[in-house]
Amino acid sequence: MENNSKTEFVVDLQNKKATITRMFDAPLENVWRAWTEKDLLDQWWAPKPFTAKTKIMDFKVGGRRFYAMVSPDGKEGWSIQKYTSITPKTNFKMYNTFADKDENPQLPGSDWDVTFSEQNGTTKVCIIITNESLDRMNKMIEMGFEAGLTATLGNLEELLQTS
Amino acid sequence: MNLRRDVFQAIADPTRRAIVTLVASQVMTAGAIASNFDTARPTVSKHLQILTECNLLVQEQKGREIYYNLNPEKMQEIADFIEPFRKMWDDRFNKLEIVLKNLKKNGK
Repeated sequence: MENNSKTEFVVDLQNKKATITRMFDAPLENVWRAWTEKDLLDQWWAPKPFTAKTKIMDFKVGGRRFYAMVSPDGKEGWSIQKYTSITPKTNFKMYNTFADKDENPQLPGSDWDVTFSEQNGTTKVCIIITNESLDRMNKMIEMGFEAGLTATLGNLEELLQTS
Repeated sequence: MNLRRDVFQAIADPTRRAIVTLVASQVMTAGAIASNFDTARPTVSKHLQILTECNLLVQEQKGREIYYNLNPEKMQEIADFIEPFRKMWDDRFNKLEIVLKNLKKNGK
């Protein structure tokens, strides 16, 4: 299997930190919008075959996004992202927790630091996720594990249908 | 998954990570490993015990000495564990790329 990933990914277990970097062939303005507008976010936030459903979106310092990742069989996994700092078109920070459907957070959570920069029409996005505990770090990776596994199975299904 | 957590907790400690890095370059005795650290020898022994218990290191008896080997399969397991998380971000960003293409097409 060839690795043609354009996503740079570093997991630092010692500091309970993950750093994810990617370049996009798009102006900064649009990338910022895609991260901060509900309708745009819901179009890409969930990896296949999940869908994202944002119930509350209030992009301002002290505001929050309350959203679910919905699996193909309708199971909803809720999360809260509380915006703690916003520097328009440059950076925003948020505190992220898993939650139940009534918006009760499951602590501890993780701090996200998302930085945007543009050079010659290409926009770089760098996300630094710092978890409050190693258990939280493992849980985050395991959630990704489930999503990744389901995505792989979804791709397989597609492959089988077309052959 | 307790097994996973154990491995991750094992390598979350800076000294144990350093030990894994050392042993990755060559097979070593406990004494040779300990000589690389300022930490007291019993502390290093404790770290070696934890790494051995979760199977990251394997002991091998050669004469009177016990040598420590890195278990590559276990290391691969850690890499495999993280890989789907990386893939999730890759999928997510591939979708974002499409959203951005549409924005460019439609908007000014």
